[in-house]
Amino acid sequence: MNDILFYLVKKLLMIIPVLLGITIAAFILGIISPSDPAAVLLNMDGVSTPSAQEIANKRHEMGLDRPLIVQYLSWLLQILHGDLGISYITQRPIWDELMLRLPVTISLASCTLLLVIVTAIPLGVFMAYKNNSRSDFVLRTAALIFTSVPAFWLAILFMWIFSEELHLLPTSGYGTLAHLIMPSVALGAGTIGILMRLQRAALLEVLEQHFILTAKAKGMPFPMIIWKHGLLNSLIPVITLLGNYFGAIISGSAVIESIFSLPGLGSYVLEAIRGRDYPAIQGYVIFTGLVFVLFNLLVDISYLLLNPKIRLGGK
Amino acid sequence: MCNIKQLPVIYKIAACILMLMVSSAIFAPIIAPYDPNQVLPDETLQSCSGAHLLGTDALGRDVFSRILYGARVSISFAVAAALCTMILGVTLGMISGYFGGIIDTIIQLLVNIFQGLPGMSMMIAIAGVMGPSTISLLFAVTLTSWAGFSRIVRGEVLKIREENYIEGVRSLGASDFYILVHYILPNIFNSLIILFTVRIGTIVLSIASLSFLGLGMQPPEADWGAMINDAKIYFRSYPNLLLAPGLCILALCASINLIGDALRDLFSIEQDRNKQYL
Repeated sequence: MNDILFYLVKKLLMIIPVLLGITIAAFILGIISPSDPAAVLLNMDGVSTPSAQEIANKRHEMGLDRPLIVQYLSWLLQILHGDLGISYITQRPIWDELMLRLPVTISLASCTLLLVIVTAIPLGVFMAYKNNSRSDFVLRTAALIFTSVPAFWLAILFMWIFSEELHLLPTSGYGTLAHLIMPSVALGAGTIGILMRLQRAALLEVLEQHFILTAKAKGMPFPMIIWKHGLLNSLIPVITLLGNYFGAIISGSAVIESIFSLPGLGSYVLEAIRGRDYPAIQGYVIFTGLVFVLFNLLVDISYLLLNPKIRLGGK
Repeated sequence: MCNIKQLPVIYKIAACILMLMVSSAIFAPIIAPYDPNQVLPDETLQSCSGAHLLGTDALGRDVFSRILYGARVSISFAVAAALCTMILGVTLGMISGYFGGIIDTIIQLLVNIFQGLPGMSMMIAIAGVMGPSTISLLFAVTLTSWAGFSRIVRGEVLKIREENYIEGVRSLGASDFYILVHYILPNIFNSLIILFTVRIGTIVLSIASLSFLGLGMQPPEADWGAMINDAKIYFRSYPNLLLAPGLCILALCASINLIGDALRDLFSIEQDRNKQYL
């Protein structure tokens, strides 16, 4: 029990520097951005051009003339209170706008993740089961193509085939599950390819172990060996990397959202970039970073369920 | 160690495709029948013909020539970005693995932070804030991908550091820098070549996505990602505009991934061949 607690506390403590790193990265983005928040704020009515003196006063009022480290800390404090500033374009709180968009990206990402897990893992197991056969070769070719194809190109091909030609699926918009099918497949393709290959390799490695030989010697049928002894052992390296690949899914969603006009975080940041809305870009970095970190924490916790070595105290 | 001649045919095919692409990128000015940015107002949106092998786009630019120049842009940029990533990642990874201690802790903390950031999101944000230019792209790619490199290099260095011959050279009075450059670097060279190759493929894909979003290579520069973006309005009537650049990216990345596997075979980096694609 103590070991589990120790493991969890260690994982939680390791998150802190990463979270700080994300905020520092977002803060630096704000500094290198070629805009002065004071001037933008004074210009918001769009009528008058502020004088240099007015801007300087406003800068002092907003604390922009303080040392960077002080500015960072007060900015960090604001973020901890859920305040990311006001969007230059819509003039509404960025935090609220991002919260509005977050469910879209989360549902797209979870759909994609689910799709990746339910296709790549069984396919990988099947490839290991049929190792070096014709179907193994075909699936390995498929995995190679999935990892090498650009997601946005695949998305357009899907739109062409399934929406324009076959009229099966809606081209764009958000609301029903049907709207998420094509985006999820396009977004997940790369990860499916990598994970298929990984699952196959992991299972083949497990199948070389001595306890598998014992099971074979007992006369246990091969599919049963894979199911009872192979699968669970091979899942550990796969789940480790699933955490990493979730980063690819969450950040790749920007391209996919823009193609399928899904109103998520990704299309938000692209609008923000077009409108030079720098605080909104900072908000996007913090939000996607946060989602990524939280997901990795979930993966670490799921380890406890899978890996007895950690439960038994092997750090 | 496996002989080049013993490699499966599929690797040789991949090598041929890659060589074809690289040489057409290098010799693009000689091969290309038209200037990639030459606008022919009378010949817009033509389908494939003898005059225009892959047709022309909405502005009347020759697609075949643009594909060739696109290869030039993609490959040269990806190689440059992978080099920058490798130099930063290898330097930090070697220092962190070789010296250990507080330096190692600090670099590992940085690695953890950078790996905790979703890469493509950061690239989009950096390119968005700095404005799209080759320099900001290079910066974005290097910053988001050095950490993985350095983590692997550190692992390799940790293994080699304890070898007897390193101890031997050190007792002969070799400086740390000399050991790093003359003994450690050559030992991790094979792994580096493989990492470098595979990284090029990843970078080609990310740059294509960024260009597709309008944050990568800027027009009128011929770029495959940007060409797909231009083609997305016309794809039903003019599929050549969409298919040609997409298939090129696919072929380039697939052959790079296969070459990565082949190199792994050649250098016997991983004894088991389970992780190979084909």
